[in-house]
Amino acid sequence: MSALSLHKRIEENTGLLIFGILLVSAIGGLVQILPVLNQKSLQAPSTNTQPYTAVELTGRDIYIREGCSVCHSQQVRPLIAEVERYGPYSRAGEFVYDRPFLWGSKRTGPDLHRVGGKFSDDWHRIHLIDPRAVIPESIMPGYPWLAKREAHRAGDIVAKMTALRTLGTPYTDEQIAQAEADLEGLLEIDTLIAYLQMLGTGLDEEIAR
Amino acid sequence: MATTHSSQDSADIYEDTVVIRLIQFSVLWAVIAMTAGVYISAELLWPTMDFGQFWLSFGRLRPLHTNGIIFGFGVSALMATAFYSVQRTSHVRLFAPKLAWFCAYAWQLIILLGGLSLLAGWTSTKEYAELEWPFDIAIAVVWVLFGVVFFGTIARRKIRPIYISNWFYGALIIVIAMLHIVNNLAIPVTFGKSYSLYAGAQDAVVQWWYGHNAVGFLLTGGFLGMMYYFLPKHSGRPIWSYRLSVVAFWAFTYSYIWAGPHHLHYSAIPEWVQSLAVVMSVILLAPSWATMINGIMTVSTAWEKLRTDPALKFIVLSLAFYGLATFEGPMMSFPSVNVVSHFTDWTIGHVHSGALGWNAMITYGTFYFMAPRLVGVPLYSVRLANIHFWLALAGTMLYIVAMWGAGVSQGLLWLSVDEIGELSFSFKDIMASMQPFYALRLIAGLIFLAGTCLMAYNLSKTLVGRKAVVVKPPPVDPAYAIGKEAAV
Ligand code: HEC
Ligand code: HEM
Repeated sequence: MSALSLHKRIEENTGLLIFGILLVSAIGGLVQILPVLNQKSLQAPSTNTQPYTAVELTGRDIYIREGCSVCHSQQVRPLIAEVERYGPYSRAGEFVYDRPFLWGSKRTGPDLHRVGGKFSDDWHRIHLIDPRAVIPESIMPGYPWLAKREAHRAGDIVAKMTALRTLGTPYTDEQIAQAEADLEGLLEIDTLIAYLQMLGTGLDEEIAR
Repeated sequence: MATTHSSQDSADIYEDTVVIRLIQFSVLWAVIAMTAGVYISAELLWPTMDFGQFWLSFGRLRPLHTNGIIFGFGVSALMATAFYSVQRTSHVRLFAPKLAWFCAYAWQLIILLGGLSLLAGWTSTKEYAELEWPFDIAIAVVWVLFGVVFFGTIARRKIRPIYISNWFYGALIIVIAMLHIVNNLAIPVTFGKSYSLYAGAQDAVVQWWYGHNAVGFLLTGGFLGMMYYFLPKHSGRPIWSYRLSVVAFWAFTYSYIWAGPHHLHYSAIPEWVQSLAVVMSVILLAPSWATMINGIMTVSTAWEKLRTDPALKFIVLSLAFYGLATFEGPMMSFPSVNVVSHFTDWTIGHVHSGALGWNAMITYGTFYFMAPRLVGVPLYSVRLANIHFWLALAGTMLYIVAMWGAGVSQGLLWLSVDEIGELSFSFKDIMASMQPFYALRLIAGLIFLAGTCLMAYNLSKTLVGRKAVVVKPPPVDPAYAIGKEAAV
């Protein structure tokens, strides 16, 4: 029984046990995760997918800060009912500038990946401040404070875009230089709406019809 | 018993005071984080319960609930039980007791400040890895030190074999360190903001490799370490099959890691990754159930103790829920089931059948077992512990049933289309029909929380104001003692 005697050595030696656990648990990651990280096609943007503008990026980071993703997915599955309800299913190329991804795991509210253009800016404004003003039975929380805070205070936009550029997002020097001016005079809620309105608009033309 | 002793003496007694402190912290976090769970349950019924306060908003309280439970309650309990059992299975005092104390307190500080930072909106949004980079670094450091104390103790053990519970705690420490570091790699922007090193679909795959295995190696593996020490100890029976535990351990460690992408069915990640995850998820059922059977068979000759002993009742019942959750999990990873369950409250029900039924219950049983022994007095009230048992069982059952009801109907109604391919129900109507289920879940949570508060009272009456009993390691059977050739 050599398997058992090998095991006897492992279970009597701290170093071997540590090494054994590390080895056995790492195999899955090496075989399954590393190839995904090396797959270039997952990093290629769809033809219409652009890096987030300064305003959209600020809105996206507010979406993150407020935890919208605990109730909303951004991942339309390729199922008849789902495409019918939300729109074309999600493609990998649409997410290449998403750090982090915001696919979510729970739909307390509807999927938002194709929400861009579905409602007017004014609808969103009323809805975000008090969802029950438009949908009486809604269980979504209201976000009145977003309409009071100035957007340029929501984070250092130049530092953010510079960090993203380091990671590979193709921002130009002009875009970064212009960023603070872009946020001038906007409230947090304006940037969030700008983000919601561009969601799902990065699809390839022929798919989007 | 609580005599003062010279440093000479204390070198060969168990360091148990740190265990007591960790139990108290763990219970405190349980009460706080479950209160947060009850509060967000109520918010889904009365959405204005955040009173326009950003820090009471659902999106911020939910991560507080999950992190408070997993890292506050769960990890404190794992540290407590690991420190308690590694000394007793190694027949030596903890290695570097001061470092153990440092880990215990540094961890509490991380949870406290981390919790506040979540309320402030510092979050990466990656589930169970929400804490931002300053906390990630602190966690990595404390975690490694935890490993130093733990493996240091094992390396100085007086008995040749390393007992099975220690493998599970060891896997917890090693694998979580690996997952935590890889998943949280990011470029900091400010103290409360960073951008993930990975983007889009790749980020999703890394996150669920982490997320699934945080459940696997922390909420499952770590707590199996508890099971392997406390169940045999408490029932007074040796583990039923040693060989089965060897095989199950390695199968578990090998196969768990692959199953993460079952959280990403029908998504934009490569298809082969999804298929592989299904296969591995189904395989995972074998080691999971092997372990459960091993546990149940271990107590099978000690059933009579179940009648009188609430601690053992909790532990045995937790195994049943472990079996349920590890059966349901592989089923939910079949694409045909997942298509219904994904994104719904079914997932929430699945999570909590494991969380309440397995994690919380085995911890409760273990605390009821350890507390009286640590201070050398009987439990303050066995009656209260028995009441707690029934409250915990009732709360868990009600929670699961409510979420199955909610989840299955959500899943089916969302997918339902009529003959001409039109959707049968609007999202809004389905959402509105969830209210009775959410009300039941709120009641379930209140019942479960009430039980937890009873335990907090019972344990504090047992522990507070008492000193740890002085325990010396018993002599080791010479057949197993480490001889001259002592390999570490
Ligand atoms: C407690 C869960 C919850 C949170 C958190 C939440 N929502 Fe919602 N959301 C809902 C629900 C439920 C609905 C459906 C009812 C409604 O339209 O109000 C909804 C609807 C929406 C809609 C309309 C979508 C459609 O297609 O009809 C948008 C847009 C939206 N939410 C955006 C947000 C944003 C942005 C945030 C974060 C600032 C957020 N939500 C946070 C639950 C939530
Ligand atoms: C009083 C008991 C509890 C109550 C009332 C409660 C309630 C909740 C609620 C309302 C949610 C959010 C569900 C949603 O978004 O729709 C949640 C999520 C969660 N809870 Fe609890 N909870 C309790 C105990 C626990 C325990 C003991 C654990 C872990 C050991 C736990 C782990 C989690 C996890 C991991 C999630 C996230 C699930 C997911 O995203 O899939 N909970 N809980």
